[in-house]
Amino acid sequence: MDTIIQIRDLGKTFTGKDNTVEALKNINLDIHKGEIYGIIGMSGAGKSTLVRCLNFLERPTTGTVLIEGQDLSMMNDATLRKTRTQVSMIFQHFNLLMQRTVLENICFPMEITGYSKKDAKSRAMELLEIVGLTEKAQAYPAQLSGGQKQRVAIARALATNPKILLCDEATSALDPTTTKAILKLLKEINEKYGITIVIITHEMSVVQEICTHVAIIEQGELAEYGTVEDVFTNPHTDAAKKLVFQTEQGVLHMNGKRCIRIVFNEISSFEPVIGNMVLECKAPANILLADTRNINGIAHGQMILQLPEEEHLANKMIHYLLERKLTVEEIDDYVG
Amino acid sequence: MWDKTTILMLIEGIGATLQMTLMSTLMAYVLGLPMGIALVVTAKKGLRPNPAAYKLLDMIANIVRSIPFLILLILVIPLTKVIIGKSYGSTATIVPLTIAAAPFIARLVESSLQEVDKGVIEAAQSMGASTKTIILKVLLVEARTSLIVGATIATGTILGYSAMAGVVGGGGLGDIAIRYGYYRYETDIMLVTVVLLVALVQILQYIGMKLSKKLDKRITG
Repeated sequence: MDTIIQIRDLGKTFTGKDNTVEALKNINLDIHKGEIYGIIGMSGAGKSTLVRCLNFLERPTTGTVLIEGQDLSMMNDATLRKTRTQVSMIFQHFNLLMQRTVLENICFPMEITGYSKKDAKSRAMELLEIVGLTEKAQAYPAQLSGGQKQRVAIARALATNPKILLCDEATSALDPTTTKAILKLLKEINEKYGITIVIITHEMSVVQEICTHVAIIEQGELAEYGTVEDVFTNPHTDAAKKLVFQTEQGVLHMNGKRCIRIVFNEISSFEPVIGNMVLECKAPANILLADTRNINGIAHGQMILQLPEEEHLANKMIHYLLERKLTVEEIDDYVG
Repeated sequence: MWDKTTILMLIEGIGATLQMTLMSTLMAYVLGLPMGIALVVTAKKGLRPNPAAYKLLDMIANIVRSIPFLILLILVIPLTKVIIGKSYGSTATIVPLTIAAAPFIARLVESSLQEVDKGVIEAAQSMGASTKTIILKVLLVEARTSLIVGATIATGTILGYSAMAGVVGGGGLGDIAIRYGYYRYETDIMLVTVVLLVALVQILQYIGMKLSKKLDKRITG
């Protein structure tokens, strides 16, 4: 697959009056054509800065970004602006022009690139149909709901036929149902038009819902990256574990007895593994957490078990689970 | 006192005051609007940060604004003579009024433009918009309600200043008030001019507010 975004040794330092903040450190990442790449991290991790470096809204202090092999740091102003028409962006707070109608908002990027008024208008109507808001063409943004505003922003972002769509916390201001609908729309756009999408988020659920790949940013550094499935089934770093274990109640704290985390794949879901394990070992295990997540249409279950205190029973259980080809991981060292 | 000449004089006074005010406001915007835009664009977090240019504009705005208008009126008499050919009358007053109002307007424009959501500017940048496009199509359009409110305030203030120009024979209602009310102790005429000035400000304010509301698309329903 073609690499469309190459991030090379990227670093960004903000110099304040009495302190300097290293927002990003030595980031290297390749994003390929057609991928939906999630960049996830806690707030303040530097992910928003990173996405702004991808179109040079923020100029990196060190390193560079290549879009389709073209180095952004070598471009003059005009070329950079032209490249930006191919790298669209949507935002958490939509950033629509409040004094323009929906239709005029979508026409705006086309005015910049020099479409004729007539062409811009007919393309804008087409886009409104794609995002399902044809009847709102003459409305002003103030008259729309959050989800509708983001649909307009998406239509506007698609106007110039970009190759890349950057989403900066695009669903963070929306309720869960609207979030789902917007993510579905993004996925459709990705599939239909082959647009590469980069999604910045702090929610694992967003990554699970639509991303093919994920990169985890912690304190300005790239902690871990890979396909969503790999990172989810086998997180290596603390940052990744923290995000994978993230539940609606927050992060679980476990200490005391030995705990293990099991990941079920589609094959293992057919057999009542835990029940059989308890029967086989004749000892109970305490279920601390269990949930099923849908990653790209495949159900992945995870469970955290607290094992009996007797060493041989615990080992027997782990052995039993490993025999069933489940991913088992001891997490007794893991705290929040 | 309510003879034909007095009434005619007052009507002419209203005309002269309006002419001075509107002409000065217009001229002051010709200078002040670009200056206000330049202040926003060259500011530290502006589209094209330029500390030297910002500092210069900032200083000019502060210096001119700190000179009392009455003093400025006298200071610029030589300049007025060069531009208009005479230093008295309502046309001549336009010169000091413009000079005094331009930095004030620049500040009003600056604060209006600063209100524009940074996110919207960022969105325009992400679409590849040039600085010129952002100024013309984002800043000025998004801030138009606030700009019109600012213009209304500016017009009212300039109208007040124009009355002050009466002291040096500036013409208009202020001139009448000073000549009749102050020099000739005809208090009733002075009161009438004051009432007329108040009415003018009210009308201008009403028109400005109506217009800004009508053009604001952020209000629903």
